[in-house]
Amino acid sequence: MTVKKETPKESLFVSGHRACHGCGMALGARHILEATGDDVIVVSPTGCLETFTSPYGFSPWRVPWIHHVFENAPAVASGVVAALRAQGRDHTRVVAIGGDGGTFDIGFGALSGMLERGDDVLYICVDNGAYMNTGGQRSAATPPWAATTTAPAGRQSMGKAEMKKDLPEIVAAHGIPYVATASIAYLGDLKKKVKKAMTFHGPRYIQIDTPCPSVWSFPSHLTLEIGRLGVNSGLVPLFEKENGTITATRKIKRKVPVSDYLDKQKRYRHLFDSEQGQFEIEKIQALADTNIEKYGLLSV
Amino acid sequence: MDDIRVVEGSEAVALAIKACRPHVISAFPISPQTHIVEGLAKMVADGDIDAEYVRVESEFSAASVLAGASAAGSRSYTASSSQGLLLMTEVLYASAGMRLPFVMTGVNRSISAPINIQVDHQDSMSLRDAGLIQFYVESVQEAYDMHLAAFKIAEDPNIMLPVMVCMDGWVLTHSYERVQFVDQQAVDDFLPPFAPEHYLDPAAPKTWGSYAESDVMMEFKYAIHKAMTDGKPRIREILRELSAMTGRDNNGLIETYRTDGADIILVALGSVTGTVKDAIDELRDAGRKVGLLKIRCYRPFPHEEIWQAVKDANVIAVMDASFSMGSEGSIGLDLKAKLFGRPQAPMVVDFVAGLGGREINARTIRRLVVRAEEIHRLGLVLPEAQWVNLDASIVS
Amino acid sequence: MKLTKGAVVEGGTSLNYKTGNWRDQRPEIDQKVCNQCGKCKDVCPDDAVHRNNELYEIDYDFCKGCGICAYECKPEAIKLLPEGK
Ligand SMILES: Cc1ncc(C[n+]2csc(CCOP(=O)(O)OP(=O)(O)O)c2C)c(N)n1
Ligand code: SF4
Ligand SMILES: [Mg+2]
Repeated sequence: MTVKKETPKESLFVSGHRACHGCGMALGARHILEATGDDVIVVSPTGCLETFTSPYGFSPWRVPWIHHVFENAPAVASGVVAALRAQGRDHTRVVAIGGDGGTFDIGFGALSGMLERGDDVLYICVDNGAYMNTGGQRSAATPPWAATTTAPAGRQSMGKAEMKKDLPEIVAAHGIPYVATASIAYLGDLKKKVKKAMTFHGPRYIQIDTPCPSVWSFPSHLTLEIGRLGVNSGLVPLFEKENGTITATRKIKRKVPVSDYLDKQKRYRHLFDSEQGQFEIEKIQALADTNIEKYGLLSV
Repeated sequence: MDDIRVVEGSEAVALAIKACRPHVISAFPISPQTHIVEGLAKMVADGDIDAEYVRVESEFSAASVLAGASAAGSRSYTASSSQGLLLMTEVLYASAGMRLPFVMTGVNRSISAPINIQVDHQDSMSLRDAGLIQFYVESVQEAYDMHLAAFKIAEDPNIMLPVMVCMDGWVLTHSYERVQFVDQQAVDDFLPPFAPEHYLDPAAPKTWGSYAESDVMMEFKYAIHKAMTDGKPRIREILRELSAMTGRDNNGLIETYRTDGADIILVALGSVTGTVKDAIDELRDAGRKVGLLKIRCYRPFPHEEIWQAVKDANVIAVMDASFSMGSEGSIGLDLKAKLFGRPQAPMVVDFVAGLGGREINARTIRRLVVRAEEIHRLGLVLPEAQWVNLDASIVS
Repeated sequence: MKLTKGAVVEGGTSLNYKTGNWRDQRPEIDQKVCNQCGKCKDVCPDDAVHRNNELYEIDYDFCKGCGICAYECKPEAIKLLPEGK
């Protein structure tokens, strides 16, 4: 059967980008733009999203998009906001979309500066928990006991020995109006949060869990499944914080043990090979349980 | 109706920027640049400038704000010095590559370590390869004038590169000079509003900051170089227009002073050229055939003009206030590179002088001239640059 | 073609770069089983599922064959077949 091919006009983030098979970040980017609408200017730091969307002459972005360097997306966004204000282009909004390395680590100073200044930027961190564009090195967003290329598992190492930086809390401490976490496993929830963020003015922050099949090492068809397991184990708590107060959490309907999440990803494989590993899995379970308690994730 | 006032150098620059009607100004403090952005802050606070003033948390962000604002179609400006300029380095390279025509003042100061806040040119010279157009000024008046021209040069559709006007810290930023100001209407006629071909606009969505593979990377880099070299006639033209507006001689990428029939030509840039001119007058009175070549536009490097000015001299004595460790002074390297292989090119002797604010006075210059003459007379081929007034005995 | 100043390019031009040849498995929708929920379109990281004439269809010019659509399809209307068979 031949049918007239409809061009994907409605999409603001079109096909032909070069993300890996099943990339959670690519999926997230399209849905973010569905929620923001087309009257936006997007700023991205260096990272996977930038690399797979900007080979010269082949851009999937149907909104104006700018990448400058790795550590300055928040400041570039501030500059765009200042220019829009100076020109009276009040309707156009500015959205930054950057990886965890660009957000938690190297761009952190610029992010804090932008938040403190109160600039009207929606900053979205597409968090895959490592520096993927350079092959998966440890970042401050890497969860504990994940193996990365710079904090590998070894005879004397169980991978990353430190906690994940609690960036949503740090960001919220700047006194900004809206902070939320989301996951590409729950696209409706993700879009609802982005839409809500767009109703506020001033700096806003959303952190989206974007599983990475290539570096977390799981089969590419499992991207959403892994995302769901992260959420339903309690390791990836989804919440909204408005003006410093938690206003909503996504409840876990059926809690899963963290091992169901961990055992599908090669970055945690070493934990299943030793007694020490079992001990670390228990610690990860304790982290999940703490999240469940802290955010009240279980529906009662 | 001439507006002539005695003002601090920093205020003169702030007033020039005000006259250029920027949309966005970003600011971060560092001596000796701070008076400029403080002056602008006060103008914004008093409603005398209609600009967004972004108080950033680092110079890295100061430059990044300009990049974003410029891409969004706004004229934008910042100033920095020394460590701040070096912190901006990565942003400046990327901005040149993305052809973002903002303007900044590079207030010259030495680089750590040891930390030192006095003038030399190591900071801005370290950025000479970034793709910025760089001017160096001699006086407060010239600083004022060159800032008026800077945006027009940066925003020229065939140039589209960031411009840095370099001025010596303290010596120019903190000294009071008589300055003749241009009236606003004349500046408005000279400098139309910024109207770039592309800007970040949802009605015409473009992608900025692409990834280039090796099949086009060299061409993109060459395009920056070409914008500079092909831009020279346009820069000369704009400087002529500037001269017509100011009634002062702002002409030319270089300036020559008593170079006619000179055997020795000193080459320098920045505020020291004033001292050099006075020294040359004395030396000429004493019968020595000495002249000065001042480089006003350092990038693009005006080697055609330089050749015309120096070709009949015997020796060029370069006064470098910056040094490429393990090699030579910056201007010395440029001159040697561009003169080498030209038949009958004069000898180039590279002097390193004035690092970290070390005084250069008429006596220093006289000694330097004597030394250059001697080197030439003896036909010495010197393997190293000559560090002037250096106490080698205390170096361990 | 002349390079643009500063490498600024038109948006949406990645449609000229077909990623269909990255595929080693091929999702096929059994329209008889499909219940028109649209999940496959939602979850495609490559925006390669579109609704045409009331049917969801896979754009093989761009589908990389990640298999997410088949895995997420509740009525199991999507089969993954080895590419080229
Ligand atoms: C100043 C600087 N340091 C390092 C790099 C190399 N680099 C480019 S992207 C990247 C990793 C990006 O990680 P993240 O922000 O988490 O985004 P991801 O690729 O994981 O989506 C690194 C280290 C760079 N481009 N610039
Ligand atoms: S490495 Fe991971 S995040 Fe990067 S493009 Fe591939 S799947 Fe996406
Ligand atoms: Mg990452």
